[in-house]
Amino acid sequence: MTALAGTVRHARYVIGENPVTGLAFALFVLIVFVALVGPYIVPIDPLASDTVEALKSPSLRHWFGTDQLGRDIFSRVVVATRLDFGIAVWSVVLVFVMGGLAGVAAGFFGGWIDRIVGRVADTIMAFPLFVLAMGIVAALGNTVTNIVIATAIVNFPLYARVARAEANVRREAGFVEAARLSGNGDVRILAFQILPNVFPILVVQMSLTMGYAILNAAGLSFIGLGVRPPDAEWGIMVAEGAAFMVSGEWWIAFFPGLALMVAVFCFNLLGDGLRDIVDPRRRT
Amino acid sequence: MTAVPALAVEDLSVEFRTRSGVVKALEHVSFAVGKGETLAIVGESGSGKSVTAYALMGILDPAGRITAGRAVLGGLDLISASASQLADVRGREIAMIFQNPRTALNPIRPVGRQIADVLMRHGNVPRVEAPARAVDLLRAVGITDPARRAKAYPFEMSGGMCQRVMIAIALAARPALLIADEPTTGLDVTTQAVIMDIIAELAGESGMATIFITHDLALAGQRADRVVVMHAGHVVENAATRALIARPSHPYTAELIAATPDSAASLDALASIPGSLPDLRRADLPPCRYSERCPRKVERCDAPLPRPALAEHFVACWNPL
Amino acid sequence: MTPLLDVAELSKRFPVAASGSTLKNLRRRFTRAADEQSQVHAVDDVSFTIAKGETVGLVGESGCGKSTLVRALTRLLDPTAGSIRFSTRDLSLVPARDFAKDRDRGRIQMVFQDAGESINPRFTAFDAIADPVRRLKHLSGLALVETVDKAARQCGLPTELLGRYPHQLSGGQRARVGIARAIAVEPELLVLDEPTAALDVSVQVVILKLLARLKTELGMSYLFVSHDLSVVRLLCDRVLVMYLGKIVEAGPARAVFDYPLHPYTRALVAAVPRLDGIGLAKLRLSGEPMSPIDPDPNVCRFYGRCPRGADICRTQMPPLRRAAEGREVACHFAAGGA
Repeated sequence: MTALAGTVRHARYVIGENPVTGLAFALFVLIVFVALVGPYIVPIDPLASDTVEALKSPSLRHWFGTDQLGRDIFSRVVVATRLDFGIAVWSVVLVFVMGGLAGVAAGFFGGWIDRIVGRVADTIMAFPLFVLAMGIVAALGNTVTNIVIATAIVNFPLYARVARAEANVRREAGFVEAARLSGNGDVRILAFQILPNVFPILVVQMSLTMGYAILNAAGLSFIGLGVRPPDAEWGIMVAEGAAFMVSGEWWIAFFPGLALMVAVFCFNLLGDGLRDIVDPRRRT
Repeated sequence: MTAVPALAVEDLSVEFRTRSGVVKALEHVSFAVGKGETLAIVGESGSGKSVTAYALMGILDPAGRITAGRAVLGGLDLISASASQLADVRGREIAMIFQNPRTALNPIRPVGRQIADVLMRHGNVPRVEAPARAVDLLRAVGITDPARRAKAYPFEMSGGMCQRVMIAIALAARPALLIADEPTTGLDVTTQAVIMDIIAELAGESGMATIFITHDLALAGQRADRVVVMHAGHVVENAATRALIARPSHPYTAELIAATPDSAASLDALASIPGSLPDLRRADLPPCRYSERCPRKVERCDAPLPRPALAEHFVACWNPL
Repeated sequence: MTPLLDVAELSKRFPVAASGSTLKNLRRRFTRAADEQSQVHAVDDVSFTIAKGETVGLVGESGCGKSTLVRALTRLLDPTAGSIRFSTRDLSLVPARDFAKDRDRGRIQMVFQDAGESINPRFTAFDAIADPVRRLKHLSGLALVETVDKAARQCGLPTELLGRYPHQLSGGQRARVGIARAIAVEPELLVLDEPTAALDVSVQVVILKLLARLKTELGMSYLFVSHDLSVVRLLCDRVLVMYLGKIVEAGPARAVFDYPLHPYTRALVAAVPRLDGIGLAKLRLSGEPMSPIDPDPNVCRFYGRCPRGADICRTQMPPLRRAAEGREVACHFAAGGA
């Protein structure tokens, strides 16, 4: 039996045991699908305004209603998936590489590398993370790229610490000593013994922080940083709709907010499910 | 064997439901242990010796289910007892010590306080007297400078000392039965000897029955009055220690003795046991679970085994040595 | 004849995080007096030899420095002082971090205590055995496969199991993988660190016999580390008894276990459970071992637990002295084969 086939079999078991994980996986697939093809399948141009149709409540034509400019909210929510999901994916990939490598090196070598990585992580943690992200975007400029960078930076301590701890316990593991006896130097041990064992744990971390990354990106846009109108983005849409809540046009903020919640929920549940799949102790 | 046993286990059967099928972990396990007696349950991994202990304590894994059997302790059947009855009995009537004492102790509470807690809960000791009694107990298990050690946390103590604390906790309420699950595995031989001395001494003083679970036949041979040998969830032999070691009747017991390094004068003389444990998930398990590895298998071995009666020397074999 | 391994006056000390008052630590920092730093004396002035083809046992309780000594010998750790002469070369001169690429790396190999833990969970049995062959013998392709197959066969590991991961193997099979990995590069000295401690007796027997057979087939020397004296007695020619970083007794295995000279060895032997129930001597060690942090160099390490414990024991450290019949003992009251 190959490792992959075993993992697939195990994954099927975990999902079967826990329908919530199965639901999270299904949602994840849906989100990825919408992010990929969303802009091509929406019924109405998300940027086209139609003042006649402004502030209409949900109907058969406008499933999620329309906003103050008469834009179709359903189309906007669907199209925004690509942007929000993209920001989350890229920031998580960035922090995965940066934080993962720094943490693994810190945990494995110790000494000055460990001290530097530790200090950097502590410094970042000393700030309220959202405020720090705001500051970074404000300083670097109001672009999507900078939201990705800011989100990656505020997540750095989390990844670095998890990677450091996992690498540190494995540094003394029997198989690492055995690899030394087999003639492997530090770099090879790091690459072939430590990293492959820390990797799956970081993947779980990725899924868990993905939800946070989406919230962070939406939050930044909500307060006017990052993505700017008229681009469709869940955070901006909630911000725009917030003003209309009091006057009863609840759907403008509600549906993008719902999309945000479902996405965050999905990634967190997915993370829990992945943990069960990755953890070999749960296999029998 | 004494007339009224402290604990009589009859026909105990346990199953575990797993992804790949039902594991018949224990089948028709019977034995008895008398007051003041030390009974060793010996077996290799997978023999069911620990499952037996957990079943008796009512702390089986949720996947495990007791399908049949009785275990009578002082008139109460532990198997059919209610959760509240069991909770009352555990700690007061039966106590258990585990293989990893450090993980069984609360890491953030001084050991003296942990002993005092048990004394107040199960030993009817008033709050004001408990700390002093805890120190007395630490002294009884051979800890030097007990007053100072009572204030120590588990991580400040060696493995041997933690196990002594566990014994002190287990014996705090003067239980009628102590179950010791591999209490000295992982400890040094010199510490093992001291710990086993302490258990024997305290058991002797209070007339407590001891069930002592081990993989080490030599240790069982040295410390127990009776030995129960288990293989794949069956009791294969149950006899007084001297008789069992000197004249084993079950082929597996004989092989186990011959494989114990202490028994041989040279490496060549050491015997290895052919085959391995049968898969306990199989639907077609033979009546005798040793028969597929057994060099003495005869036709009758396919018939159901003799039931473990509480005989002086019980052998679950149709063709004993 | 020069021995295969000649360890002389080997010591390993670890600095410990300073305990005591913060003020003292501060002063230490300012004065930077290295000699004030507290140290754990894990291995203290240890000397012994292993001849070609010999099996030497190393026994002692947990914390006695066995593991540190073994890691210094296998060059996973740099000793603080002393020499490790292998054949004629002093390996202690090569820093541990460079030794992975040293030409002598393949000549000293090790079998680990927990075979499950010493195999990378993401390596198949084949990968695990092939790793040293690739790195140290620089083989690849068919030659690599053949070497791995041969090592597996020698260890009684069916080749169809080579594609499996550690968690798909039984304890005995994992132990065989660990041994095959160590012998695949044809070492001259094999260090066995409690190779059967985690195994059932029935499997233990098979592995011990396998080790004995491999030794003669491949002409290796063994350093067999164990806490199980009954096993050491069966497998070893000579035995070293360690207590708190020092060798307290050495000699032919049978002689040492049948007539121990050092009071610690006596207590150790008396504590071993015997099947026949005989010899349950009331010889128990009281108390705990003394602290290995900055021990007094003039006090016998066993003082305080020793039933004898005379005045001379706390004013003068007994050296390891020759006794009769090729035996050595470090006790003021035991020399001369008493």
